[in-house]
Amino acid sequence: MRRKTGVGTWLGFIVILVWCLLPIAWIVSLSFKSLAETTTGSPQFLPKDATWENYKVLLGMTDDKTASHDFLAALRNSFGISIIATILAVMIATLAAYAIARLDFKGKRLVLSLALAIAMFPVVSLVGPLFDMWRTFHLFNTWPGLIIPYMTFTLPLAIWVLSAFFREIPWEMEQAAQVDGATSWQAFRKVIVPLAAPGVFTAAILTFFFAWNEFVLAISLTSTTKSRTVPAQMSYFVGPDPFNPPYVQLATASVIVTIPVIIIVLLFQRRIVAGLTSGAVKG
Amino acid sequence: MAAIEMKNIVKQYGDGFPAVNDISIDVEDGEFMILVGPSGCGKSTLLRMIVGLEDITSGDMMIGGKRVNDLAPRERNLAMVFQNYALYPHLTVYENIAFPLRLAGASNEEVDKKVRDASRTLELDEHLERKPGNLSGGQRQRVAMGRAIVRDAEAFLFDEPLSNLDAKLRGQMRTEISRLQRRLGITTVYVTHDQTEAMTLGDRVAVLKRGILQQLATPRELYTNPVNLFVAGFIGSPPMNFLPATVEGSSVKLPFGTVTISADRAKRAQGKGLLIAGIRPEHFEDAAVMESGKATPGSTFRTKVDVVEWLGNQAFAYSPFEAPEEVQQQLLQLERDLDGEALHTQLVISLDSSSRVKEGDEAEIWVDSSKIHLFDPATGENLTVDESAAGISPSDTSTAEIADKQDSIASPGEQEAAKET
Repeated sequence: MRRKTGVGTWLGFIVILVWCLLPIAWIVSLSFKSLAETTTGSPQFLPKDATWENYKVLLGMTDDKTASHDFLAALRNSFGISIIATILAVMIATLAAYAIARLDFKGKRLVLSLALAIAMFPVVSLVGPLFDMWRTFHLFNTWPGLIIPYMTFTLPLAIWVLSAFFREIPWEMEQAAQVDGATSWQAFRKVIVPLAAPGVFTAAILTFFFAWNEFVLAISLTSTTKSRTVPAQMSYFVGPDPFNPPYVQLATASVIVTIPVIIIVLLFQRRIVAGLTSGAVKG
Repeated sequence: MAAIEMKNIVKQYGDGFPAVNDISIDVEDGEFMILVGPSGCGKSTLLRMIVGLEDITSGDMMIGGKRVNDLAPRERNLAMVFQNYALYPHLTVYENIAFPLRLAGASNEEVDKKVRDASRTLELDEHLERKPGNLSGGQRQRVAMGRAIVRDAEAFLFDEPLSNLDAKLRGQMRTEISRLQRRLGITTVYVTHDQTEAMTLGDRVAVLKRGILQQLATPRELYTNPVNLFVAGFIGSPPMNFLPATVEGSSVKLPFGTVTISADRAKRAQGKGLLIAGIRPEHFEDAAVMESGKATPGSTFRTKVDVVEWLGNQAFAYSPFEAPEEVQQQLLQLERDLDGEALHTQLVISLDSSSRVKEGDEAEIWVDSSKIHLFDPATGENLTVDESAAGISPSDTSTAEIADKQDSIASPGEQEAAKET
């Protein structure tokens, strides 16, 4: 059976890698080209003379601050809104999922199905009502105005992921802790939460990515750089010629917003080690 | 340390499933009490009611003279070892053992001293910094015990602690637990379905069936004086032989022949019609290897042996027999109660290893007629029991009523749950 990992498999790997990574490579390569190089028509794959100019412009390291399209402000909004939405969603989902996994109450199935229904609800259909409501509540163009819907739309998924993790943790863990002298809250905090950590991180990553990449709500519920996030801000990248958007700067912005995502995945990948519970019960 | 008194304890689940029915057991201070029975007999449920993980439907649970029915597990100050150990996988062995102390808010020096004491006792010193996931089954078992002994608990509770270990380790840990308990002198309640553990570890053993206490006695009393068919069949390995028997005068007619029993015992079984005789395998012997004169007429019979198992220190001979329908039914029911699966009725005879009986031989077998028990097939009650040496047994140990109730309620899923507890 060893021989199976032969030429065919490697060929398959390469095809898939090229298929997935070529667009990314294209964006990275674009981001190092000068503005002039792309506007003069059909550019080649590799930049003629690679330059950091686009990064410098977007990150406001040049003298002309207006050229940066307020990218830094958008980046700050993106980080703030995504992180707060993630923390809130995970905290609420942890408690909710624990209740769903452990307690026997009437309407448990209903809660779970409702959560799933919300997750499946098309976001676009809510944009109009939300826009009206947020204006009335003075939430339009504010951080909470985005945090609340982001949190709401990611909660169902987070609850589903976490309740699956909680169900995996043997009941005895908690009972042992109680016999050892823990209150229910101590047992939850000192035993259950550490054991569910991989689940918590998974839920956190999913939530963060949703908030980080979201576009429809971000463009509809914001009006200024006070709360506009990167995906929305990028649609305002317009050069002198409206028919010729600054592709290189768009590519650069894309690369910059991808970096945190990659860092987070690499960081938490170690945390999401399956089998943390191995050894708790009989081997 | 404290005595545990259970007074008329009843456990009924939400759906009406009667798991524990009116059980009263006094565990004395420092005593090693075993709760034993086949799966679904309510022994684990009873243990979990002592520790507080299961609500008590009615009755009083007294620990150290204080009623604890309404106390949370952490307020009862008991230490428990779970069947699957329930170690905290994210903590090191040291922190696992220290966990109860940390919850109690002990100082670091105190924690360190007590953990190291416990680890020395259990020979865990070189594993203290490891995680439970990297330990063998026996080591995990010891960590679980460490977590129990590290604090000054009122009592130890064990829920089938050895059932996940292999046979050799189980034997070693059994002696280890026994030694530890004797040394610490702490009240212990130990749940098992294994009659060997029950016999070897316990000061006293409580045999349960369908949530009803059958007999509470020392291992010796249980073995020599079982109050009914169930206890007789449960205690002892290989199990007691059950044969159809009729008593006339002082002679007992068995499928293989007739033996004489003492007049006193015969009197109690007089006029009851068809009975079940219970004879342990070791109360038979090959007449050929016995001292002459001991194998008197009236105490031997001839039978055809179809299988012989020679083990070195002893040998087992098997001899099939036919039982009449009514006895057959009772024996099949008993087998089901004991979680067994008997294919046919056979006599198991333990022979001296010097015996030369071979498969297919017709052998002359001696039986120690003073050790024969006679059971009433209808009630299962032992007619020849010596009540002065049979420990405690409730006046009514019949489980028929409860069995009907349990069977009518238990759906397959619940039966599974009942088996687990």
